[in-house]
Amino acid sequence: MHVHRQERIWMTFGLAMLVIFLAVITTAAVVDGFVPPSHVQSIDPTKVAQTPPFDHPGLRKVADGAYEAYYVARIFSFTPASIEVPVGSRVTFYVTSADVEHGFSIPETGVNTMVTPGWVSQVSHTFKERGTFLLVCNEYCGSGHHMMAAKVEVK
Amino acid sequence: MVTTIAPSRGGDALELSRANGDLLVLTHIYTSTLVLGIGALFGMLQGFSRANWIVMPAWFDYYRMLTAHGVLMALVFTTFFITGFFTYSVYHTIPRVRSTRLGWIGYCVMLVGTVMAAVAILDGSASVLYTFYAPLKASPLFYFGATLLVAGTWFVAADVFLNVAWFKKQHPNERIPLPAFIAACTLTMWIIATLGVVAEMGLLIPWSLGWTSGIDVGLTRMFFWYFGHPLVYFWIMAAYAIWYTVVPATFGGRIFSDGLTRLAFVMLLLLSTPVGLHHQFLDPGISAGWKWLHTVTTYGVVIPSFMTAFAIFATFELAARKAGRRGFVNVVRWLPWKDPVFAGPALGMILFIFGGFGGIVNNSYSMDVLVHNTMWIVGHFHITVGGPAALTFIGATYGLVPALTGRTLFAPRLALIQVYTWFVGMAIMSTSMHWAGLLGSPRRTADVSYFGAQGAATWHPQMVGAAVGGTIIALSVVMFIIVATGTFLTDRSAQVRPAFTFATTNEDALETPAVLDRLGRWGVLAFALAVLAYAGPVTQQIQAHAYLAPGMRTW
Ligand code: HEM
Ligand SMILES: [Cu+2]
Ligand SMILES: [Cu+2]
Repeated sequence: MHVHRQERIWMTFGLAMLVIFLAVITTAAVVDGFVPPSHVQSIDPTKVAQTPPFDHPGLRKVADGAYEAYYVARIFSFTPASIEVPVGSRVTFYVTSADVEHGFSIPETGVNTMVTPGWVSQVSHTFKERGTFLLVCNEYCGSGHHMMAAKVEVK
Repeated sequence: MVTTIAPSRGGDALELSRANGDLLVLTHIYTSTLVLGIGALFGMLQGFSRANWIVMPAWFDYYRMLTAHGVLMALVFTTFFITGFFTYSVYHTIPRVRSTRLGWIGYCVMLVGTVMAAVAILDGSASVLYTFYAPLKASPLFYFGATLLVAGTWFVAADVFLNVAWFKKQHPNERIPLPAFIAACTLTMWIIATLGVVAEMGLLIPWSLGWTSGIDVGLTRMFFWYFGHPLVYFWIMAAYAIWYTVVPATFGGRIFSDGLTRLAFVMLLLLSTPVGLHHQFLDPGISAGWKWLHTVTTYGVVIPSFMTAFAIFATFELAARKAGRRGFVNVVRWLPWKDPVFAGPALGMILFIFGGFGGIVNNSYSMDVLVHNTMWIVGHFHITVGGPAALTFIGATYGLVPALTGRTLFAPRLALIQVYTWFVGMAIMSTSMHWAGLLGSPRRTADVSYFGAQGAATWHPQMVGAAVGGTIIALSVVMFIIVATGTFLTDRSAQVRPAFTFATTNEDALETPAVLDRLGRWGVLAFALAVLAYAGPVTQQIQAHAYLAPGMRTW
């Protein structure tokens, strides 16, 4: 089995690309903490309404400019349906599902996570611009899936 | 020089068994053609619905249709074509007197499974999309049907393995003929992958029958994607098989290297399964470390992909050089762009370059949040499976049907127009979808207007673009069906039986290290890698998660 010189060069180039990609991704993960939302915390999906803090979903202020928002996803709506935060706030979203698989996405912000019954998802974002942001369910959850949305007001 | 690898040993009996096998393969090919036609109609209507041109009626709502489109395209069209093509690869390169019984059993089981799942989808009891994520609960008929579809492929795989084993016994000092090797290698991968379906159905079927009350959602998702990624490689490996072994024959070229081709397929076998978590980057309940591990293994595919790109272009160039053409432009222009058997796969290769770039983005770990579950992903798989794989299978169908029926291709010009319109339509549709995805437009939605919300307004133009592209592809599918069925229905027996041949290799196959042919061992190694990559995350799911979710019908 003979490997041509040109092919060696080409494969070296391919391998170099691969190493560079992995290095960039790994550095970003380790140094800057750029990792996908991977919170590991379980919850009984049949008892979401009785389990704190999801028995009282909504926005909590934890410090100046820092908020926690607890969401329950249920066909075909999010609770709370709307929240309001000052511009520049860092919001950590905690989301769980009381029924089937849902998604939780605020387009063009990088807020995006799956919402799996039995688990709590977590994702954070700093809102640097004012405006009304659309929050959508981006995983099929049933006949009303395309109507499942909420909003985030940044004042 | 083009010769088929199959020498004619065995005389009349061989002819007979060949003929039997031909009917089997033809049945596979026509089944996939029919399914593609139905799936395309649904796809087009989906595009119309998303562009707000139509609203689907309640008796055939968007999600029922989307389930049908996903299942028919991703699972049925591809699987029937691929199992048929691999049966052809083996029967035509390992000549012997054989029984086609196992092959027919496989076909029938697949067909029964498909019909069962289709009935469940059409009657509205299984609008769970092709990923059937629990705790959405379909009727048992759907899960049984899907299981049988997979079980049928195992018979085909067994048939392939038995034939290859027979060959090795008869010819202990030879290499397995390359097309048969590729078939066996890909099906080894497929067997390992479908173990995920077995595991998932082991949880879903008793639950759908009401024997268990709850389901571990995270675990079923993990089993699904353990299967879901290699499913993608199943399409890719079959398309590569045609690129490596059939495409060169269309211009009298030779396969660049026997050994490197086998090496690429063995690598794809090894790298197909320990990677599935890249579909679950945004899932809770799986640590970032496991996701990182699967990112690394996923990128491994760069190696066999680069090898393939090199081999294909080298094949083009060597053949063109023999004909006195040099330089990139001259080589490309020399190729038989007017032969649909070449043009289909070749146009697919062009789309695949873009698909590869998109794949790099999707797999970029934390960057996935920007595109996950947006229309970008839909654009991505249409420009990979819907473009390259489908165009390759269509091109091969134009070669296979005349060879299997002994008739000349009906309306060859229409066939040529068909592959080019598919290319253009897919490029338009996929570009629009990618673009919408970058703007955050979610996938799997009947309508993206969100009650006129400000953020959603920017998505509409792209949806119109996708609908226009989709219409072009749908028209292209109509042409495909006219050519494919026209060839069968009009009796235009060819003077010389048209051939669908595999190219010969540049180098002697005996230079290939014998170890590459030891598929049993490679299969065990591949499975071991899959187990290693999944042991951690599966344990994490089972340990951390004591809660089961009850099933629900939300449609
Ligand atoms: C006439 C050609 C086609 C058109 C117009 C079309 C259109 C579409 C559209 C608009 C969607 C997105 C629906 C949504 O997310 O709401 C979709 C999904 C999909 N398409 Fe196609 N498509 C075509 C051909 C194909 C082909 C050839 C394949 C594969 C071989 C394919 C595989 C899929 C799959 C797997 C999905 C995902 C279904 C899901 O999300 O559950 N499509 N198609
Ligand atoms: Cu939803
Ligand atoms: Cu994948």
